[in-house]
Amino acid sequence: MIDITNQSLNQIIKRIKTKEISSTDLTKAYIKNIEGAKKLNAFVTTTFDYALDKAKQFDNKPNFDQLLPGIPLAVKDLFCTENFKTTAGSNILNNFVPSYESTVTKNLWDNGSFLLGKLNCDEFAMGSSNETSYFGNVINPVGDQIVPGGSSGGSSSALAADLTPATIGTDTGGSIRQPASFTGTVGLKPTYGLCSRWGIVAFASSLDQAGPMTKDITDCAIMLEAMSGFDEKDSTSINKKKENYSKNLKDNIKGLKIGIPKEYRVDNMPKEIDELWEKGKKILKDLGADLIDISLPHTKYALPTYYIVAPAEASSNLARYDGVRYGYRSEKGKDLIEMYENTRSEGFGDEVKRRILIGTYVLSSGYYDAYYLKAQKVRQLIKKDFDDNFTKVDAILTPSTPSSAFKIGEKTNDPVSMYLNDIFTVPTNLAGLPALSLPAGLDKQGLPLGLQLIGKPLDEQKILNIGYAFEKNCGFKNEIKKWWS
Amino acid sequence: MSLDKEKIKHVAKLARISVNEAKVDSLTKDLNSIFKFIEQLNELDTNKVEPLTSILNQSLRSRKDEINDGKIREKVLKNSPKDSKEFFVVPKVVE
Repeated sequence: MIDITNQSLNQIIKRIKTKEISSTDLTKAYIKNIEGAKKLNAFVTTTFDYALDKAKQFDNKPNFDQLLPGIPLAVKDLFCTENFKTTAGSNILNNFVPSYESTVTKNLWDNGSFLLGKLNCDEFAMGSSNETSYFGNVINPVGDQIVPGGSSGGSSSALAADLTPATIGTDTGGSIRQPASFTGTVGLKPTYGLCSRWGIVAFASSLDQAGPMTKDITDCAIMLEAMSGFDEKDSTSINKKKENYSKNLKDNIKGLKIGIPKEYRVDNMPKEIDELWEKGKKILKDLGADLIDISLPHTKYALPTYYIVAPAEASSNLARYDGVRYGYRSEKGKDLIEMYENTRSEGFGDEVKRRILIGTYVLSSGYYDAYYLKAQKVRQLIKKDFDDNFTKVDAILTPSTPSSAFKIGEKTNDPVSMYLNDIFTVPTNLAGLPALSLPAGLDKQGLPLGLQLIGKPLDEQKILNIGYAFEKNCGFKNEIKKWWS
Repeated sequence: MSLDKEKIKHVAKLARISVNEAKVDSLTKDLNSIFKFIEQLNELDTNKVEPLTSILNQSLRSRKDEINDGKIREKVLKNSPKDSKEFFVVPKVVE
């Protein structure tokens, strides 16, 4: 008998539609996997009773015309879920139960799926290894004591370990693509404004974007189609017609121009990543794409720019955690100000505090021009690099990360070395562009590596198509031994 | 420039985060290494560059100024850590 949880989402949907499996049996299979995978610590909350109830309702009255018929889904614990605890990986939201639903999760449920559980993540999505969560480290199923990437580390781990058929994450500087790369899965950060930010715990509002994390490109297209769309409640939501990404998936990429930026070859990058990049170029070339050498001269300034813009926005967004209206409140302190200070000191972890302090400093009187305004100007130059090149090319191919997944504890003592993980993913957040991380191979330790495709604004279909063609011709399948159960 | 301990305590005060003396040293070290990294930006001449405030090609939408989500006091108060049924409660602020 086949293990249904081992299948991709689109195969599972087919089996649901042909009634080969019921939503209830599917849900039970995932619950069994989750119960056997406590070691991975991918879940903060499980909603098994609710999921089984919804599955039963589906089986009693199935609607097979939906995009996600009877599909249980676990999501990152950064999406507010009505009546289910939403922590953002933080002690300060440890007891927070939203009375409303985020738009993207609502879109998923409206397409026939239901909540299976909430997935661990770095605290307020600030981290690249899922080591900043109040709820503990998440383990990468590719190997014990290996990080799953971050901040959507619970999402990548649960997906790769067959604990959910697909999932969603958020990406502010690489938080979908880097964990996808570290676990051998597919991750897409859509164009800024394509998916609503309403009901997502805010980190850096001009950069945050939700997106799918899946086992293959077809699944990615299905999930994007389900979650995206205009939302009145998000003032930066783009009002455009909904697209049928899955129906329009094509593997003919003949004649497409693919840019290869020379700045994405950095010092000390492992040789394997360079080789993988070469392999990716060859695959696309053999499929009839034209490779064009390009230059994105301000690439090296993207990360320093990000570490001004993102903390500045975070310090402002996180000002709301005051111990008065919701969340954790300290009992210490003799007056209101001390209550605020102790609440925030006890409620936030070290990385979050560091970033709030950076943000507060760069926005403070006398330093605003030197830091924040400077960063906004460099952000303009970074965006212009992309604008200039997208008149010549259809998409850009780069590695997803400068290394494969590392060991727990390896980079926690040096914040800058941790930040460097996001060197290839951050530029697209600053420019608001869609970018896809594709599983492409393994390094010599057997750890997955990914390649990144960057597209023009709202050109998700094209990068999905290129990814689809790549996937069919790459010959890489991510096999994970279930050592944890 | 480098951040000294006094500066960091001042910024922590602005951010309403209490920082104990034992943590100030490691924070000073970490923040200085981060700012050293950030200050690479000074290599660039940006005098003639306009700051980028939004990457969207659209201006923010406005909506009618009307009440459309009222009468949910219970929901709004549901998560408040000090419960008084009708109000948010803070420590005493007037003598």
